[in-house]
Formats: sequence, C-alpha cells, structure tokens
Amino acid sequence: MPNDSQPQLVNVQIDDVWHQFPKGTRLIEACEQAGSYVPRYCYHKKLSSPGNCRMCLIEMGMPKMGPDRKPILGPDGKPEINWMPRPQISCATDVSEGLGVRTISPLVEECRRGVMEFLLINHPLDCPICDQAGECRLQEFSVEYGRQDSRFLEHKVKKPKNVVLGPRVTLDDERCILCSRCIRFCKEIAHDDVLGFVDRGSHTTLTAHPGKRLENNYSLNTVDICPVGALTSSDFRFKMRVWFLKETNSFCTSCATGCNTIIGTREDVIYRQTPRENDAVNSTWMCDYGRLNFAYLERDRRLLEPMVRTENKLQPATWPHAIASAATQLKPYVGWQTAILASGRMTNEELWLAGRLAESLGVTLIDIVPRTGEADDILLSADRNPNTNGARLLRLASGSGTVLQQIKEAVWSGQIQALITLGENPLRCGITPEYLARLPVYVVLDLLANDATAQASVVLPSLGFAEKRGSMINGKGRLQRLNRAVRGPGEARDDWEILRDLVQAISGGNSESHARSGRLDTIEDVFRQMSEAVPEFAGLTLSRISDLGVQVLNGDGKPGNSAPEKMREREPEKQPQ
Amino acid sequence: MAITVSRPKLNWSERLYLPAILGGMAITFGHLKNMLLGRTKVTMQYPEQKWDSQMPDHYRGAPALVKDEGGRVRCVACQLCEFICPPRAIRIVPGEIPLGERFAKVEKYPEKFDIDMIRCIYCGMCEEVCPEQAIFLRKDYAITGYTRAEMVHDKEKLIEIGGVMHGLVLKWNEKK
Repeated sequence: MPNDSQPQLVNVQIDDVWHQFPKGTRLIEACEQAGSYVPRYCYHKKLSSPGNCRMCLIEMGMPKMGPDRKPILGPDGKPEINWMPRPQISCATDVSEGLGVRTISPLVEECRRGVMEFLLINHPLDCPICDQAGECRLQEFSVEYGRQDSRFLEHKVKKPKNVVLGPRVTLDDERCILCSRCIRFCKEIAHDDVLGFVDRGSHTTLTAHPGKRLENNYSLNTVDICPVGALTSSDFRFKMRVWFLKETNSFCTSCATGCNTIIGTREDVIYRQTPRENDAVNSTWMCDYGRLNFAYLERDRRLLEPMVRTENKLQPATWPHAIASAATQLKPYVGWQTAILASGRMTNEELWLAGRLAESLGVTLIDIVPRTGEADDILLSADRNPNTNGARLLRLASGSGTVLQQIKEAVWSGQIQALITLGENPLRCGITPEYLARLPVYVVLDLLANDATAQASVVLPSLGFAEKRGSMINGKGRLQRLNRAVRGPGEARDDWEILRDLVQAISGGNSESHARSGRLDTIEDVFRQMSEAVPEFAGLTLSRISDLGVQVLNGDGKPGNSAPEKMREREPEKQPQ
Repeated sequence: MAITVSRPKLNWSERLYLPAILGGMAITFGHLKNMLLGRTKVTMQYPEQKWDSQMPDHYRGAPALVKDEGGRVRCVACQLCEFICPPRAIRIVPGEIPLGERFAKVEKYPEKFDIDMIRCIYCGMCEEVCPEQAIFLRKDYAITGYTRAEMVHDKEKLIEIGGVMHGLVLKWNEKK
C-alpha cells in the first residue's frame, strides 16, 4: 500500500458477499468497510495490534484447493471456501486472495458472549458514577453480547481506584479490561513509555513505572482511546455526563497545527474538547495543552460590554455609540499617524476586514504579533498562532516582526497618535503602559480585560474561537473552518461584525469598496468578498469548506509544522509483545 | 365511502321498554338501601379531613431523595433522572467526594439537586430510571409556595421529604 500507486486488489468474501480490498488491509478494517462492524477493545487503527482482547474473533476460511493447486470454483464461479474449525482474530490478519470471513454465525456470537462474560467478571458496577458511561464500548457490547445475570459467585478482585497517574489523568484499575491501548499509545505515538502491566492473571494491574508519571503533553489521548472508564480526564472528571453534550466540529487554535476537534458543550458551557480524526492534520490525536486551552473563554475577566472613555474613565456604552466614538476618534489622523496591531489568532474573514479597515484609514503600519513556543516532533508547532499563514496570505504579517518593531518605536517617538489592537495585548510585545499613555487614541478589540484595556479610549468586546464561525489556514496550508459551539457572553459581538461596522462608520456606507462588493450581512458575504480578491480562495465559500478542511497553500517549506502526514499506520511491529 | 349502520332489531319485550325501566329502578333502590344502612361512600371535607391513611401504596406524590440505614444520601449524581425527566424539572450539579470522607468510596455525589415542582408532572420516571434506588415518589401531595423560587425543591428539602428508606440494596459497602 504505501509504495505503489496502484494497490493490488484482492477478493475477500465477507458474510457471503465478495468484496475487493487493497492488499495489506487489516481484516477488521475490511469487515468494517463492508458494513460488518467487528467489536474490538484492544485494536486501534493507529496503533499496533497485540490481539489480546479476543473480542474480534471471527470465522475464517481459505479457498479450497484442488489437486492441481488451483482453487476449486463453486457454481457461481467464485472459489469455494474451506472454513477453519476454530475462530481467528480479525485485528492481526491482513486480507488475502480468496479469504472468507463470517462475522455473523453461531460460533462467532458464542465467542463474543464468552469474551464478554470473562471481561465482566471483575468489572465493578460503577456505571452510574463512571465518566465513560454513554460512550463505553463495554456497555455497548454488553447490551449486544452480555448476560442478564452473573454466574460468578466468588468475590471480585479488588484493585486500586482513583489513582492519580499524572497531572491530567486519573486511573481506576478495577474498570481496566487490560486492552493495553494506553501502553501502546505512550510507547508508539507519545514516545514516553511510562505505562505497563504488573502482576498476573485476574490481578494484572495497569500502573506507571515506579518513580514516573504519565505527564507527557499527549497523556489525555489515552483517555480518548480507553474503551472503558479506566483512564479518565482529571479536568472533565464528574463534570458532565457525555449524553448531555452537544458536539460541534471545530479545530484547535492553540498552535499552527490546527488539530481537528469536537467541542462538547451544554447550554453555552464548554465541558471538553476531544480530537477528531483527520489524517491530513492530526491523525486522531491532539496535545493536552491545546485540548485544555478553553477555560479562558469563561473567565471572570471577559469583557462583556462596549466601553468608551468619558471624563477620563471607561464608561459602558451602547454598540452604536462605541463604534461611532471609535470612528470619530480615529478619523482626524492620517495614515502614518495610525497603526494596527492585528493577531495571528484572527480568522481570515476578520483579517480581511482588518485589511479594509487599514485601507479606509490609509494605514500602512499593520502587523501581527508572532507567538512562538517549543515544538515537538509530534503535533505541537513552534508557531503558536493558528492563522499565521492566513495573515501572510492577506498581506497583514511582516513575518519577521520588523513592522512590529517600527510600530513600537513610532508610538514612543509620538509619530503614532492612534493605535488599534485587534485581539492582542500590546503589553506582551514590549509596548508598555508608558508607551500607551502617549497615545491620544487607543481602540481595543479583545476578549479579556487586562492592563492594556484599562488604558483604552474605546473597548470593543469580541468573541473567542468556540463562539464564532470563520476560517483559518494552518501551518501546512490547510483551510479549516471554526464552527460556533456556544454563544458569546454578555453583549460581546462577533469580531467581523465589529470590524465591518467600524469600516463602514469610518468610510461611510456609500464608500467605493462597499458599493463594489455589496452588503456584508453575513460572514459568508465576507468570505465571498475575500474569495473574489484572493485567488487561493477562488471557488470556495465558507460553507463549502468541509469538516476536514481544504488544502489551499502548498505545505512545502512552510515553517512551523512538523506533524507527519499520517501517523504510524500499519508500520510493522518492531518488537513482539 | 359511506358505511351503512344497521340498527339493532328489537324483539317484543325490548320494544316494551319495561324490563329496562325496572332494571334501572332496581339500581336506584339499591343505592337507597345502602344509604339507609350507612354503607355509601361520601365526599370527604378535604382540608379538615385528610385521606393520608387511606392512600394506596402506588400513590405518586413529590419526588424525593432518600437516605439508607447507613445515613448515606443514596444519590451519586448519575444524572439519569435529569436525562429522562419529560418536563425537564430536574437539575443536578455533580461533585466529587473528597478522599478521607466517610463515603469516599462512592466518589461522586450531587453538589446541587433541584427539582422544579412547578414543572414536575409526577410521572415517576425518575424513580423508575434510578440505578441507585435514590429517588422515590413519596406521598406528599400538597406542594405549595408563594413564589416560583419556593417551588423549587433543593437538595436539603428533597432529603427532608425523602427520609430514611430501609431494605435497599447496599452496593457501595466495603465488601463489594
């Protein structure tokens, strides 16, 4: 599969129907593609297959061979199959020519019932308090293959409960069914081999190596892949039952990788973020840093209403008043007296409108604030701005931050009289309160109150990544879409609406650009206007960007993202278990 | 399509109507006899007279949280009642029992448990769905209040109504 462009197809019979699969497909995957889902616990398509849970047992057969070593053909012209007397596991077998599989048969059903009974022998009756309830494989398959009553009369084995494995993961050993997915994940994906089994038989216990903790930046992926409730997220633990969560497809905005996510919310409160499969971006994983980076959306420091400085004090104002006030304060200055500090965290639509704002004011000093951190060779990118590529494409980013330095110097020298910051705190890039004190006009569009917003002339509260729609281009040039998972707090408005109103208030509703592109009533209109000007977006609309994104820039030579295209799929096992 | 209804064919005695009249009179006189003998059930004068003692076992009154003999509030905040509740009267905020507490083995408890009695329709689904035998419909029927807020039963109120229930399954004891 990986080397040749034309994969060789083999014929496989699954539940009496012949299918064709590329050579090298795992049998369990082939069955799933053919519509016969085979239950499994230990198998995960991105990890190696140890074959230890025995849940995926199926009946298998090879073509009957005649004396001439050719398959004997049946009346339908297809090979007749010689069924093996014993069941085989489907997760550790690849498809081969003429293979026959039965996923529904009395023997297979009996095997599954037997495996379930063994798994449930020592499983505690924790479902009412278990966070996994509702998305638990053991629950699901015990509905299908479990017994109503228990034949087990002895005492269940006691194991440690509520074990703190690391700063973000809590383990309940009694619930563990010893599938070893977490152990393999740590070894193969996170390259931090800290988990393992100790003791034998029913007493086998999952634990961390003595003196070590599960504290790598990918530890919460073990919670996702745990088929039962053994590994739980300390952050999400006991917060909300999963069946209440509304799931919204989105992506993580904590670095340039842009891992695809599902945001779990209930009634405008975000409870968790989990990775969503996208082989072009993040496989099925995401880092803990990005996953837990949503609490700031609910902080007490959120700006809830627009404010205008009157009599040297920030006073709450209505939206029309705040926009009009910002426009009248900005208008008297010519282009070289104004600077805009945009952000690599803004969506393309917002950056586009920031560009229009700069146009209407004649501003040339506009830049985004670079934000960097340490990269790893898994997913985390050194560029912590999710949309640096978008800002570059829309020509708002200088790249090396030279314009940023110019802005800083110009503010100090007094050349800049008006500063607009869009979702950035200028104190973080060296523009200190003394600098800000020199500015007669300072307009802020931001989420959170801080020392800089306290010095503003006009404060325009905006929305966070989970509260709005919009698109961004990740480090590898993939255009992805944010979807609104929750409503914004208070009177905070969508960033693009604020920017549109500001542009219209400054340039007047009948300006040339306005007349040229029509009205901007929805964010779709903004994207349409942008796609008419930017060839990379030609033919796209915001709604047409699929949940898996669209490649708009070629990923070559783009700095910041070193995530492998497809992580560890079907790599041969280096050491047998 | 029109359906033709065939009228019943009455025989001679039925057309006379007398047997039916006599049958009706027999019932009337039967009631008269019962009244004279004092066996007729009469209307109760509700606020002064109460029927609490005659309430059937299956009566569904206000839902409440019960304690077991060990003094543990049995609810573990699984939120199934909140999920099943047709009028969405139940609101639960789950919490974690700190290590070292008496019932720390149970790990989870309801930090808040509110039932809006204006919304409650006394259907008993919460009792039916509860996997922990923690919520029961008790026989309290006179649920009144001056404000909407008063009609929301919080955890303390629910435990007060619930009281102690005996003979429940003790699944969280140390041996299990």
